[in-house]
Amino acid sequence: MHQFTLSELQQHLHARDFSCRSLFEHLLTRITQYNTSLNCFIHINSDHALQQAELADKAFHQGNVTALTGLPIAHKDIFCTQHMPTTCASKMLANFTAPYESTVTAKLLDQGMICVGKTNMDEFAMGSSNESSFFGPCKNPWDISRVPGGSSGGSAAAVAAQLTPAATGTDTGGSIRQPAAFCGITGLKPTYGRVSRWGMVAFASSLDQAGVMTRDVADAALLLQAIAGHDAKDATSAIHPVPNYSATLMQSLAGKRLGLPKPMFENLQIDLEPAISVFKQLGATVHSVDLPHLALSVPAYYVIAPAECSSNLSRFDGVRFGHRCKDPADLQDLYQRSRSEGFGAEVKRRILMGTYTLSTGYYDAYYKKAQQIRRLIQQDFIDAFKSVDFLLGPCTPTTAFKLGEKQLDPLTMYLSDIYTIAINLAGLPALALPCGFQQDLPIGLQLIGNFFDEALLLNAGHQLQQQTHWHKATPASFN
Amino acid sequence: MWEAVIGLEVHVQLATRSKIFSGSATNFGAQPNTQASLVDLGLPGVLPVLNADAVRMACMFGLAIKAEIAPTSIFARKNYFYPDSPKGYQISQYEQPIVGKGQLDITLDQSQKSIAITRAHLEEDAGKSIHDRLPHASAIDLNRAGMPLLEIVSEPVLSSSAEAVAYLKALHTLITYLGISDGNMAEGSMRCDANVSVRPRGQTQLGTRAEIKNINSFRFVEKAIDYEIARQIDLLEQGGRVQQETRLFDSHTQTTRIMRSKEHANDYRYFPDPDLLPVNIDPQWLQQLAEQLPELPAAKLERFQQAYELPSQDALQLCQHPALADYYEQIIQQAQHLKSNTPTKLCANWLLSEVLGQLNKNQQSIQDCPITPQQLAQLVVRIDDQTLSSKMAKQVFESLWIKPQDVDDLIEQLGLKQVTDNSILQKIINEIIQQNAEQVQQYQQSTEDKRKKLLGFFVGQIMKQSKGQANPQQVNELLIKALTN
Amino acid sequence: MDKKTLIDMAYLARLIVEEADVSNYCTQLSQILHFIEQMQPINTDHVEPLAHPLPTIYTSLIALRTDQITEFNQREQLQRCAPSIQDGFYVVPPVIE
Repeated sequence: MHQFTLSELQQHLHARDFSCRSLFEHLLTRITQYNTSLNCFIHINSDHALQQAELADKAFHQGNVTALTGLPIAHKDIFCTQHMPTTCASKMLANFTAPYESTVTAKLLDQGMICVGKTNMDEFAMGSSNESSFFGPCKNPWDISRVPGGSSGGSAAAVAAQLTPAATGTDTGGSIRQPAAFCGITGLKPTYGRVSRWGMVAFASSLDQAGVMTRDVADAALLLQAIAGHDAKDATSAIHPVPNYSATLMQSLAGKRLGLPKPMFENLQIDLEPAISVFKQLGATVHSVDLPHLALSVPAYYVIAPAECSSNLSRFDGVRFGHRCKDPADLQDLYQRSRSEGFGAEVKRRILMGTYTLSTGYYDAYYKKAQQIRRLIQQDFIDAFKSVDFLLGPCTPTTAFKLGEKQLDPLTMYLSDIYTIAINLAGLPALALPCGFQQDLPIGLQLIGNFFDEALLLNAGHQLQQQTHWHKATPASFN
Repeated sequence: MWEAVIGLEVHVQLATRSKIFSGSATNFGAQPNTQASLVDLGLPGVLPVLNADAVRMACMFGLAIKAEIAPTSIFARKNYFYPDSPKGYQISQYEQPIVGKGQLDITLDQSQKSIAITRAHLEEDAGKSIHDRLPHASAIDLNRAGMPLLEIVSEPVLSSSAEAVAYLKALHTLITYLGISDGNMAEGSMRCDANVSVRPRGQTQLGTRAEIKNINSFRFVEKAIDYEIARQIDLLEQGGRVQQETRLFDSHTQTTRIMRSKEHANDYRYFPDPDLLPVNIDPQWLQQLAEQLPELPAAKLERFQQAYELPSQDALQLCQHPALADYYEQIIQQAQHLKSNTPTKLCANWLLSEVLGQLNKNQQSIQDCPITPQQLAQLVVRIDDQTLSSKMAKQVFESLWIKPQDVDDLIEQLGLKQVTDNSILQKIINEIIQQNAEQVQQYQQSTEDKRKKLLGFFVGQIMKQSKGQANPQQVNELLIKALTN
Repeated sequence: MDKKTLIDMAYLARLIVEEADVSNYCTQLSQILHFIEQMQPINTDHVEPLAHPLPTIYTSLIALRTDQITEFNQREQLQRCAPSIQDGFYVVPPVIE
């Protein structure tokens, strides 16, 4: 059962080929079995998931079901959930259970999906390898000596190892797409504002966006449909119509203009040619486009993201929730020790960076300058979309790297996000797709769309997956 | 030889039902933390959404002080750690406030001065740290966190505590007129920080200022500023220097002292709040808002003086609070039904002295007045048409206060109708003259000044005979006639 | 970034940097700052800073909240995750004003 996609499970459950209970028993057994080696779950929702599965079976019996009833999903441990802990993979929240439900998880819950557990991640989503987790690193199912990528590494590994057909993720600088590429799965980062951020623990508010990680594009369309839309609780969520994403998956790509951003292909070690030629066969025309300020996206991002993070993480002060140090001598001691004990090294580094770039005398040189660069980068994309319909580029400069390889060198780690970051700065949607293997490790590409043009990305991705089998490969040790 | 320069930062709590960024109630005096929701507590993952009414109220204020309303204003984060600041930052407007430069006219010692207002911006209030509640610990109540505030910043153009208080009072009157705040200073709906500096008279450069935080009454503003001016002058005259610092006013000692928690110069690291989009004001909406603005204090004052022919002192007093002005106008309206030539001045006298006197005694406001404008109008008309003497009217008023009812019925019940029928009065006078022949003789032989004394005697007898109901003016006239015949 | 600046930043952020970690932090943060310097030569004189990624055509529609009370007392539930409470208050070491 674990090899099925959501769409396949949907059919089997509706046909009553097997019960929800048996499906979840099977998945939970696998999760328990493999989590020791992969460490992709922080919390396994065993009892509660089985209860819900029984309820779903009853609903099927009564014919009282929706499209998503009884389908399994895992949630990145950054989404607040009322019935499970929400840790953000931090000691700070190691014992925290949120008193409310995030919009994303609530929407999926309301539509009948059942959560198998909360997945591992980089602490507070800060990292590209999952190594900054307080609960230990998660491993890549294709090679457990390698990282699954980050920050949504646990979600990517769980989907790749077929412990769940789908998982939620969040993407601030590539945190859905990079692990999706490293683990050989499909990952969608929607347009900023497409999906509500309510209940998603904030890292960098102007960049964070919730998305989905699945085994194929059709499933991503199904899930995006379920979570997209305006939310009155998130002032930055857009009031913009949500189309039927599944309805346009089969449209022809004939005449669609595909742009290849020049700076993404310079010295590229990852071979995207096979995928590009499929798009050509599908009738798309291929054009070279320029994104002149792309190289500046990493420096701009590492000013903006730490600045916002330094402020967003101030609420973790040991007063109303989260870790509190023992016997604080005074107020300063309460703050300083609670925070120093609760946060890991990478989080502290980013808080310090952000504090510095926002402080008096540096604001203009760093923060304001970065926001201006951000404008230039966005304008490059806006200009590119005047002549092409969507863009194609790599997700990562390399395949998954070894655990520990970049951990001591933050800057090199930051540079592994070089192809993904600009899309967050611009606020655009992007879809990561598996596109082959190099030395037995998956490689991924990303399709980048215009604002709110997820439908076209899903259409193009689905068409690619109709012609190729890269997305069907699974790591042998977890079959 | 010294002159003081004062600028005020006034925090006005806006009269919205819910908080500025959350759906929590804004009621005063709730049990601790029962009005603190997810958003107010700054739990992980929560987001602020701006209250539309807070924006509307800020714009109304801006229009009333003839300021430019920013087409786009921006919320920023002011980052600092403090237990009453749950997120570790306060959401406030920094570089682009919603209300720009404006002005407010004040009257002091019968001269007018226009006070320049630098800006007014929206922000959220902090919670409260309570230090005397728990042993060896501070107790944090976040009910106030997220209350909507409009911070109104004046230019440093006030030169005395009296001017500062006059400005504050004018501001208070304006916000109550606009209905954008209840202006209740005791409950903290209007709080003031005063920036005070002194300099040698004639010097253009400003002296170093001290900021006195969180003063919450007109009287304390006066005391705090006076103390601070004296302290700074003393310091300078002794060769010392004023430190730029934050101070607190202690109402018990009536002095200011340095605020220890603010000793560290903070670096607030302002930056635009990424959770909130810029606030865009639609010019058409603003135009409509301007048209719907209620009558403002200055306009009302002028209208009262002209339409009701009131002396400026009365008009000023009536216009201080819109509810009082409204009550007055309701009296006038009711009185006009009863009498075409309405005694507007008499209405003002009764409202300002008797009604307010009674209310003040009970520490009540005009909204609590048990007597309706209609009843008060009836009473005043009965004085005006001489049914009641002013002494009788007071008696009626007192009964009315305890048990509001129809004034004519009450007059009847109390048997207080004034006797104005000349024939009845003449009859009583004749009786009294007959009974006091000796005094009549004395009167007729007396000089003018002695006569006055005797006249008093006769009037007293007549009033006694009429149980106080005789119209004294008529009695006087008739009596003099009778005695001189 | 020198030690003094690092300590100042750590204080602003209410973090403790252990003496043993100072030089490591200084080196790493200096490297990152050096890397960020790449932005400086770019002429941004007339470029409006971009704070929100959505172009204004998508944000002009974003609604404000109508002034309604939607949250009611949930103190018990919300204080369940609090490390120290008493009589409905959050408790912190004494604060001196």
